[in-house]
Amino acid sequence: MTSASGGAAAGAPRGAGASAGASPAGGPAIEVDRLTRRFGARTAVDGLTFSVGRGELFGLVGPDGAGKTTSLRMLAGVLRPTSGDARLLGLSVARDPEAVKPLLAYMSQRFGLYTDLTVLENLHFYADLYRVPRSERPARLERLFQFSRLGPFRDRLAGQLSGGMKQKLGLSCALIHQPEILLLDEPTFGVDPVSRRDLWLIVHDMVARGTTVVVSTAYMDEAERFDRVALLHAGRVLTLDSPAALQRALEGTVLGVRAEPLRPARDALLGLPAVRRAVVFGDRLHVVVGDAAADLPAVQAALQAAGCRVLSAEALEPSMEDVFIEHVERAGAA
Amino acid sequence: MSGAGEPGAAPAVAVEVEGLTRRFGDFTAVDRVTFAARPGEIFGFLGPNGAGKTTTIKMLTALLRPTAGRGTVAGYDLVAGAEGIKRSIGYMSQLFSLYADLTVEENIGFFSGLYGVPRARRAARRDWVLQMAGLAEHRQRLTGELPLGWKQRLALGCAVLHEPPILFLDEPTSGVDPISRRSFWELIGGMAAGGTTVFVSTHYMEEAEYCHRLALMNRGRLVALDTPGALRGAMREPLLEVRTDRGAEAVEALRSVPGVVEAGLFGRAVHAAVRDPAAARAQIPGALAARGIQVLGIAEIEPSLEDVFISLVQAGGGVLDG
Repeated sequence: MTSASGGAAAGAPRGAGASAGASPAGGPAIEVDRLTRRFGARTAVDGLTFSVGRGELFGLVGPDGAGKTTSLRMLAGVLRPTSGDARLLGLSVARDPEAVKPLLAYMSQRFGLYTDLTVLENLHFYADLYRVPRSERPARLERLFQFSRLGPFRDRLAGQLSGGMKQKLGLSCALIHQPEILLLDEPTFGVDPVSRRDLWLIVHDMVARGTTVVVSTAYMDEAERFDRVALLHAGRVLTLDSPAALQRALEGTVLGVRAEPLRPARDALLGLPAVRRAVVFGDRLHVVVGDAAADLPAVQAALQAAGCRVLSAEALEPSMEDVFIEHVERAGAA
Repeated sequence: MSGAGEPGAAPAVAVEVEGLTRRFGDFTAVDRVTFAARPGEIFGFLGPNGAGKTTTIKMLTALLRPTAGRGTVAGYDLVAGAEGIKRSIGYMSQLFSLYADLTVEENIGFFSGLYGVPRARRAARRDWVLQMAGLAEHRQRLTGELPLGWKQRLALGCAVLHEPPILFLDEPTSGVDPISRRSFWELIGGMAAGGTTVFVSTHYMEEAEYCHRLALMNRGRLVALDTPGALRGAMREPLLEVRTDRGAEAVEALRSVPGVVEAGLFGRAVHAAVRDPAAARAQIPGALAARGIQVLGIAEIEPSLEDVFISLVQAGGGVLDG
């Protein structure tokens, strides 16, 4: 974990600057303006522009190489932008990265837990680093333990924790000082679904207390957990909105079709004008058509003509993966 | 997939194990696991860390001897036929073993030698991999310079150069973009349709969705084995989506409501597995109001694979920590 320098607890009080904005939320917590980072000839982040509201849970969602880590490192003030800027509670990361750091906690993919210290000793170490007053520690620890379920393991060496527990401890250490802004780089990478649920609980507890949280993930199915998501691809924002709005805006409908045999069924559908995409998922096909009711008869007729038996067909909620692919193809076609 | 009605000379079973067990000292990592996989099946292994997935796969790939139980892979006994098993399997991990400073073609040549592909077959197999992975025009490029999705396809090609009937994949498409992931699974689907049995070990429901059947492991035991659709349909408890003004606190509160088996956050909403939906709907608003939490809505929803997974893990006594 790389994070703020000391003195964080004495940083901006909650709600500082709230009077500056006219909106009830007090203006955005983060404003990213044409943020760009090049490494030699390669542009890792290319003109990123978005804003994150106060208390918002915001997702940067995209595959490896999309620019998620580079973006978060610039927001955290640990990597200088090549051009553009980001303002955190009004402070510029390009001009004054040191002023930004006390406002935030940043958990990178390789955070620094001390493996030869216990769970509790690690938490106290970070509490010292962030100068959390001793009187406030018991209540914070109790709250963090409540959601992380790490309480029974408080005396275990961090080096002896499972991967999911280490990740929960890293997050707890980052949160011991109640930052205004929390930046998490792929916190759920390699973490099993049960530990992942605990991680999300810790994050939501912070959001409920007003912290603004930006989380990156390569897992499209996690996008639905955010208030808003920016889908990133090749250093750019493909699209940005609430998950529900992105799903609604998807052109066409996804049909889940069970048919036998499955792959010949898919091949039969790919030639159909009404079918935009057809993908095999385990025991069924996801078929993207313009309109479920209007196009279903043509789909069924094509399958029967190909000698396939249709077991069931139903309209599905489009997944974030469907949304991502639609936008990549649209961007490629433009 | 019924799998019935497709006559052929292929054996009826690709992998079968019975009472497979592995102990390390006092710790039972894999506890009496029994299942069979058909040729051409895409078989997923799910489970939290420490569930026994890796130990099971090590036994199936003859890297580890079982303490008890028996089984065969491609017709070879897990213990007596270890050498035969090693010749019959391909293995690809998310941490591929490709050499970054070799070209695409050099990597293929290296693995052809390693897997003992006969010299007469090598050119044909190389061309097959280049074509399958869509890398024919990039054969001279350094592997380290390729995009992640291309590397994954090349690693897959290298893992099957010796045409193994059984393929093991460990989170094969972790972190890859969705378009590459789909094209990767399209290749896997093609191999399975050609009779290759594919084992996939993963934490990620996105990968699990591509499997024909899923084996859920927890605490060394096989806790469920079925198609993704049947698993979703057979979730033990009905699932309620509870929307409140304070999600994280609502989870805590719901966990202490009788009749709520498990509660977790999904976005800002809580997913609660309950014994009796009608009773729970009546009880939950009051229980949350007592903690100062307002209920904005309750609806019964279709469980996702992740909900099913968590429900089964909790029913089996939770995650084994440490």
